[in-house]
Amino acid sequence: MSILIDKNTRILVQGITGREGAFHTEQMLNDGTRVVGGITPGKGGQKSEHGLPIFNSFREAKEATDATASVIFVPPQFALDAALEAIEAQIELLVCITEGLPTIDMVKIKGALRNSKTRMIGPNCPGVISPGKSKIGIMPGFIHKPGHIGIISRSGTLTYEAVAQVCQAGLGQSTCIGIGGDPIIGSNFVDLLALFEQDPETHGIIIIGEIGGNAEENAADFIKNNLSKPVTAFIAGATAPAGRRMGHAGAIVSGGKGTAADKKNYLRECGIHVVENPAEIGISMKQLI
Amino acid sequence: MKIHEYESKIILKEFGVNVPRGMVGYSRSEILDKAAQIGYPNVLKAQILAGGRGKAGGVKLIKNEQEAGEFIDRILGKPLVTKQTGPTGQIVRKIYIQEDVDIRKELYISVLIDREKETPVLIASTEGGVEIEKVAAETPEKIFYEYADPHLGFQRYQFSRMAFKLGFRDELTKEFINFCTGMTQAFFTTDASLIENNPLVITGTGQLVALDAKISLDDNALYRHKNFIALEDKSEKDPLEIEAEKHHLNYIRLDGKVGCMVNGAGLAMATMDIIKHYGGEPANFLDVGGIASSATVANGFRVLLSDKNVKAVLVNIFGGIVRCDRVAKGILEALETMDIDIPIIIRLEGTNAEIARDLLNDSPLKFKVAGSFNEAARLAVAATQNTTGSL
Repeated sequence: MSILIDKNTRILVQGITGREGAFHTEQMLNDGTRVVGGITPGKGGQKSEHGLPIFNSFREAKEATDATASVIFVPPQFALDAALEAIEAQIELLVCITEGLPTIDMVKIKGALRNSKTRMIGPNCPGVISPGKSKIGIMPGFIHKPGHIGIISRSGTLTYEAVAQVCQAGLGQSTCIGIGGDPIIGSNFVDLLALFEQDPETHGIIIIGEIGGNAEENAADFIKNNLSKPVTAFIAGATAPAGRRMGHAGAIVSGGKGTAADKKNYLRECGIHVVENPAEIGISMKQLI
Repeated sequence: MKIHEYESKIILKEFGVNVPRGMVGYSRSEILDKAAQIGYPNVLKAQILAGGRGKAGGVKLIKNEQEAGEFIDRILGKPLVTKQTGPTGQIVRKIYIQEDVDIRKELYISVLIDREKETPVLIASTEGGVEIEKVAAETPEKIFYEYADPHLGFQRYQFSRMAFKLGFRDELTKEFINFCTGMTQAFFTTDASLIENNPLVITGTGQLVALDAKISLDDNALYRHKNFIALEDKSEKDPLEIEAEKHHLNYIRLDGKVGCMVNGAGLAMATMDIIKHYGGEPANFLDVGGIASSATVANGFRVLLSDKNVKAVLVNIFGGIVRCDRVAKGILEALETMDIDIPIIIRLEGTNAEIARDLLNDSPLKFKVAGSFNEAARLAVAATQNTTGSL
C-alpha cells in the first residue's frame, strides 16, 4: 500500500512535448511509472519522443487511455487552463509542477476543485512518489527506498534531504508528497495526513513545514485529534527576516504572523515532536518508531 | 511588488475611487512649485515603500511655503527610519503633495487574498488611522469581513451589508458601495495581492476619500501587466539583490558572517537555520535553483563575496536529477576562475555524492569538503569564529 499513487496509476502528461515535460516523462518512465500519453493541443495523433500517444484535448486523452492521474508541466500562463481542463474531465489526481502561477489563478482552481472528483497536489512542487511503484513529478527517484515512512513537505530539495536521511537511518518511504511552496495549494498537510493514517503500510510520518500561513498549525490540530501514528516535524525559516519572501511565494512572515518559532511552539503544545536541527529529521523519525 | 502611494492612487482613481488631489515632486523647487499649485494648507508625504511614515515624521500638514521648505530640507534625500524600514531607513527620493482634506471620521478598508479561506476578502473597520493588527488584537468586534466567491467575485449585497455593519445610512451607503465596487475592480484587474486604504475618511461634506493608499501587486501575475513592471522602484532595493536578480538567483542579504549557497528555497532556509543552530549567523539566503551549473555557481560566488561581512562560505547542494559529480565539476570550474581568500566549505549529498567528494578532494584548489550536513555547518561556523580566517 501507499497513498495517492501505486503501480496501477495511469498518468497523462500535460505539456509532454515541452522541454521540461519531455525530460521528466522520460525520467518517470525510467522509474517504472505508467505514463500512458500526453496532451499538446495541435499535435494530436502524433507520438511523443517516448513513443507515447499525444492528444489534442484532455477529455479525448482520458477516454482513450483510461488515465487516473495527470501531471502539469506547462508554463505558468497556461497552467490555469490546463488545470481546469483536467478537473472538468474528472481526473482523480492532478499534480501541478509549474512554478509561478498568479495567486488569483489558484483561487479559481480551488473554486473548481471544491465540487469536483479531483484531488490536486501543487503547484510549485516536486510531485508525488511511492518508491518502487510510481512517481509523478521531478524528484530523483533513485534516492528513495520503499518502506514505511510517509513524508509531506512544502519544499523540494529539503524533502530530498529528508528522504536521504530516512534512508541513512535504515528506513524507507511509503509515499512522499511535495505539496508546494505557494500561498494557496491543492492539498494541504491535513488532507494527506488523513490518508496516511488510513494506510496500513505507513508507520510514521514526517512533516516539513516553513514560515508563512498556518497550514502547520492546522496540521497540528488534526494530528492531536485524529492521528495514532508517530509524527516528527521540521519547520524551515527560523532565521528568515520578516516581510521577505524566502524563495517560495508562500514563505513569508507578514504582520508578525507565520514565524517558525510560533509554529514550532504550537506543534509542541499539540504534543508533536519537533526537530530544531534539519540534519536530524531522519534520526528523530527512527527514534520515534 | 510594492508600489508607491502616489502610484497606487493613480490606479485607484482610474477605477473611480475618490482620492485627494495630489502631485509628486522630486526636487525642492519642483515640490514647492506643485505645493503652490495644490494650495496651502496641504500635506507633504515622503514616498518610500515602507509603512509607518506618519509616526516617523515623514508626513506633515503644511501651512505655508516656509514650512514646506523646512520639511523638504529635513526629509528629501535623507533616510527615513520607520518601524518597517529597519535601522538604516530608506532614502526619501520623492515627496507627494496632497490637498488638505476636512476629516469627519477615519475608517479602515482593504482587499487581499485570504490564505486560509483561499479567496479574496474585503476587510473594513470603524477604527481607521491606526494599525489594523492592533485593532484585531484589542477590539476584533470592530473589524468586518466579506469573502469573494472564487468565480463570481464580490457582489453588491456584500458591500451593502458591510456598509450597514459600519453604521452607514442613506447617501453614505451608496457612496460606500461605489467605493468598494471601484476598489475591488482595481484589485481583480491589476492582479493585486493587497489594496489597503488606512485611513479611508468621511469628509465634512459626507464624501468617502482614500486618504492613504497602498497596493501590492502579485509578482507572478506581472506577465499580464507589462506596464506595471516599470513601476518597480529599484532604488530602494539592495544593490546586491538587484545584481543577483540579473543572474536569476534568488538572494536576500542578511547581516551574519556565513555566506550560504544552496539549491532550493526550503533547503536554503534549513541551511541558514542550521548555521544559527551551531551558534553562527547566516549572511544571506541564496537559492541557485535546481540545476546548480558552473555558471550559476560562479555568479552565486560573485554575489556572495561582494558582501564584505562574509567570512566563510557554505555550499550545500543536494544533487538529484543533476548528479553531484556534475555539480562538483561546476563548482571546480567556477572556483578556478576566481581568487577567493576566505574559507569555503562544500557539502554535496544525493546522487553520486561519493564520486563528487573524490573529485573535490583531488583538486589542488583551497576548500574543505564536509562529510555531512552537520559537519558542514559546524566547520562554516567555526571558520567565522576563528580570527585568522583559515581552516
